[in-house]
Amino acid sequence: MREFRYEKATDPAGAVALLAGEPEGAYLGGGTNLVDLMRLGVATPDVLVDVRQLTSTEVEDLPDGGLRIGAAVPNADLAGERRVRERYPLLAQALLAGASGQLRNRATTGGNLLQRTRCTYFTDTTMPCNKREPGSGCGAVNGYHRNLAVLGATNEGADSSHTCIATHPSDMAVALRALDASVRVLGADGERSIPIAELHRLPGDDPSRDTTLAHGELITAIDVPALPWATRSRYRKVRDRASYAFALVSVAAAMDLQGDVVADVRIALGGVAHVPWRATVAEDLLRGGPATEAAFVAAAEAELAAADPLSDNAFKIPMATNMVTRTLVQLAEARA
Amino acid sequence: MTATTERAVGSDVRRIDGPAKVRGLAPYAFEHEVDGTAVFVALVQSTAAKGRITSIDTSAAQALTGVLAVLTHENAPRLGDVADEVVVLQSDRVQYVGEPVAAVVAETSEVARDAAARVVVTYDAQTPDVELRTDRDDLYAPEQLMAGFETDSVIGDVDAALAAAPVGVDITYETPNQHNNPIEMHATVARWDGDVLRMWDANQGPHNLVPVITEAFGITEDRLHIVSPYVGGAFGSKAYTHVHQLIAGMAAKVTGRTVKLELTRPQMFTLVGHRTPTIQRLRLGAELDGTLTAISHEVVEHTSQNAEFAEQTATATRLMYAAPARRTTHRLARLDVPAPTIMRAPGETPGMYALESAMDELAVVLGIDPVELRLRNEPDRDPERDVPFSTRNLVACLRQGAERFGWAGRDPRPGVREDGRWLVGTGVAAATYPTRRRPSAARIEAVPGKPYVVSIDASDIGTGAWTALTQIAADALRVPMDRVDLRIGDSRLPKASGAGGSTGITSWGPAIMAAAEQLADRDIPAGGLTVTGEAGPGDEAEQYSSHAFGAHFAEVRVDRDSGEVRVPRMTGVFAAGRIINSTTGRSQFLGGMTMGLSMALHEESVLDRTHGHYANHDLAEYHIAANADVGEMDISWIDEVDDLHNPLGAKGIGEIGIVGSAAAIGNAYWHATGRRVRDLPITPDKYFR
Ligand SMILES: Cc1cc2nc3c(=O)[nH]c(=O)nc-3n(C[C@H](O)[C@H](O)[C@H](O)COP(=O)(O)OP(=O)(O)OC[C@H]3O[C@@H](n4cnc5c(N)ncnc54)[C@H](O)[C@@H]3O)c2cc1C
Ligand code: SF4
Repeated sequence: MREFRYEKATDPAGAVALLAGEPEGAYLGGGTNLVDLMRLGVATPDVLVDVRQLTSTEVEDLPDGGLRIGAAVPNADLAGERRVRERYPLLAQALLAGASGQLRNRATTGGNLLQRTRCTYFTDTTMPCNKREPGSGCGAVNGYHRNLAVLGATNEGADSSHTCIATHPSDMAVALRALDASVRVLGADGERSIPIAELHRLPGDDPSRDTTLAHGELITAIDVPALPWATRSRYRKVRDRASYAFALVSVAAAMDLQGDVVADVRIALGGVAHVPWRATVAEDLLRGGPATEAAFVAAAEAELAAADPLSDNAFKIPMATNMVTRTLVQLAEARA
Repeated sequence: MTATTERAVGSDVRRIDGPAKVRGLAPYAFEHEVDGTAVFVALVQSTAAKGRITSIDTSAAQALTGVLAVLTHENAPRLGDVADEVVVLQSDRVQYVGEPVAAVVAETSEVARDAAARVVVTYDAQTPDVELRTDRDDLYAPEQLMAGFETDSVIGDVDAALAAAPVGVDITYETPNQHNNPIEMHATVARWDGDVLRMWDANQGPHNLVPVITEAFGITEDRLHIVSPYVGGAFGSKAYTHVHQLIAGMAAKVTGRTVKLELTRPQMFTLVGHRTPTIQRLRLGAELDGTLTAISHEVVEHTSQNAEFAEQTATATRLMYAAPARRTTHRLARLDVPAPTIMRAPGETPGMYALESAMDELAVVLGIDPVELRLRNEPDRDPERDVPFSTRNLVACLRQGAERFGWAGRDPRPGVREDGRWLVGTGVAAATYPTRRRPSAARIEAVPGKPYVVSIDASDIGTGAWTALTQIAADALRVPMDRVDLRIGDSRLPKASGAGGSTGITSWGPAIMAAAEQLADRDIPAGGLTVTGEAGPGDEAEQYSSHAFGAHFAEVRVDRDSGEVRVPRMTGVFAAGRIINSTTGRSQFLGGMTMGLSMALHEESVLDRTHGHYANHDLAEYHIAANADVGEMDISWIDEVDDLHNPLGAKGIGEIGIVGSAAAIGNAYWHATGRRVRDLPITPDKYFR
């Protein structure tokens, strides 16, 4: 572990100013991911700017009926927040499906969005990894990749500097992706708002970059727009044990059911891609169609048709197909 | 010593070390402050699995303020003639990923770790060979197995009997690499006082370490003092000396300081052993009524370049069921992996998983209830050794378990029970574990008006042995427990066997009883009286076959959409001799069954074929059962006293609980889904193949 300086600012702008002058610095949220990576030598910041108590810890109502979640709101508080549980059950469920009680107390909303992949080659500095060390190759593609991506990954072989089949590990982000949240960001040039769809990026030709944020940009809040029919929503996570494990596959879904017709639907998948994966193919097929199991299966299969699995993660295709189907069936059967 | 008190043995006594532990007052190895001036050791580990070190550059590490020494093979003290697997920092050869190639000693652990990261090592590395397969042409038969078992056993013409059997199964099972992972990571605090080496160390028996450490440092036994009062779990990984203890001794010698060395969790996956993976071919032949005519159990497993660890995987098959023709074999592949070690019920755990799965599959083919099939093949003597069992109560365990679990009337058809989206099934498996005892000595100091000081170098690795031995001592001395002051975990106490092989109580208890015997009917003079006693194996091991037995029943639910597996309830019934303490005894069974559940559903260390390392080397990726995975655990035991084996009538209870429990879950998984998963663990992905 490299020695580092610890800094605190008095306001968000001060934190941004501090980090702007520190090309190797990083913001510190709850530290539940960053400090682990520092111990492992994967992250080597020379300065930590503590933002855990700096951005808002409040959840505020937005005029349209949505919510603004401060970046410093702990995962546990957000999961327990009444307005979240009532308006966006899938978000509360996703948060509670993640990590452990202790970690959720400590972890922040901003930090959760930016947590890094759990790929074991990424977290082991003695191994090749294009994400950690661009151009070093991908250890996972010919190695242990049972829980890595089947959608949107670049897989050109272990030696290609583009290959990365990492997954984004956050549960919360999958629900936020289904809800079309946007991320408020403060940078040296002022504030901007990024649709969550544009925050996380596919590995493409630069697996080292998880997101489109520039160095020093600070997440201040997440806006979740109103979605009245999100009361009919669920988060379903499949994992290797009953609690305290990352998703093999997860599904965040909401349905606007009008009689027997799917008037509108949102589906996002976790555990399958480098980003929280929005199942737009499936959504388009379902919208305006019948709320039947056969339609759900067809939509799920169509979404997964683009999957490009390796030897040990192909199971994610039938698993994700089943979980999308089952989640939609349950939503169609549920009383909103 | 005339007043007879109530018997402490058999009663439900709380852990006497519990209050100190929950208040944080029980010092574990790393917490020993010793003299407040300790310095810290961090390890540099090989990134090559096989090859030679071509250069080590320690200059950047040495330049850091606070670094006291950097030990490498070029400058480390020479060790004596110790086994290859503990030879460390002695040459440029590397034999597994993670082998220590340098050790930094620094004033703080932070500086030590930082410096370790700055040591630059280059290798002439070769491609590692870590893949266990049955078609390898280099499989070999070891001279003998662990614990002195014969490598192979053959009775009768097995192939002919198999060919002639009206019904048979021929199935291969696989169990993965697993890591012991006690909560307390291995730690050693070491200091040289002149030519005396003192160690505060986490182990399963200080005396176990004495031969290797004295040899390594060329000292006599009286110049080594190991102190280990409290140990936070071990499961076999702390039974033997490992490289970190020798590195700590070297670092203390070179710096002249008290050094602290604690392994990190990832280091637990390379430096202190693992359970070998196994590939096991089971062939059973039977008459139509279920009578077994032939049993063949062939095992392929691995060992390392630097050790021959030959796990006794098929040995339980030698005594489990009656059959005229029988064969067991063990073959090893020597791979570029760290040395395997013992892990809770080594041999029986993987072996009985395979045998008890095969018995279930045979029951299905025969159309006979799997409990009944086992009852029909109950031997009346040890079928290979042809000696009587000292006690054998498998039948009682199966019957009592079936009763408690509600087995009667079970529909044998697989894949037909649903509860919502859950597929539901039940399964059974039997268990066995050898009963053994080892030589041990104990000392009792009696002073009028004071508690008896009972000393023995026993270990309580979290099992409750401290409490159970105090109960035994109290009864032997015929005093209440508060009149006994038991001292354990110190190499200067009378020599005792280590906490392993479920032999603690059967070895240490009789030694304490023998010492107490010396005091019987003697007046204690005002100046006090010290007596010693010894106990150990007699000819019972030749005369009898002595084993604990058990039966596991499990209910399994499998989500038909996701393949997730849940075990809402298990019943375990054990015949394990006299149970000294029902609370700590139950905990041993419970812990064993839980670890078996964890083996069935979760545990697997994944070896990377290209790099030769264990890829999932932390507890976020190497899954063990969490609380939410463990359902209702119904645990009971048969009243059994095995005084043909030892004067306490006890057997060991630390390991029997894990044996067979994975098979019961696997069998229930089949009953739920109609699919057999024959390679553990049964993770959700396997539902989709
Ligand atoms: C054992 C374990 C199990 C886990 N299981 C799960 C699970 O099942 N599901 C799941 O979703 N998660 C899981 N997690 C991950 C956990 O949710 C994340 O570690 C946590 O949400 C990160 O939040 P944090 O505030 O601690 O972030 P930090 O560790 O402080 O930071 C993470 C990253 O975000 C950056 N950052 C932090 N705040 C800001 C900000 N405001 N603006 C810009 N950048 C910022 C940091 O620089 C860093 O790069 C698990 C973690 C552990 C250790
Ligand atoms: S999958 Fe991505 S993160 Fe994992 S080793 Fe390959 S490049 Fe690195």
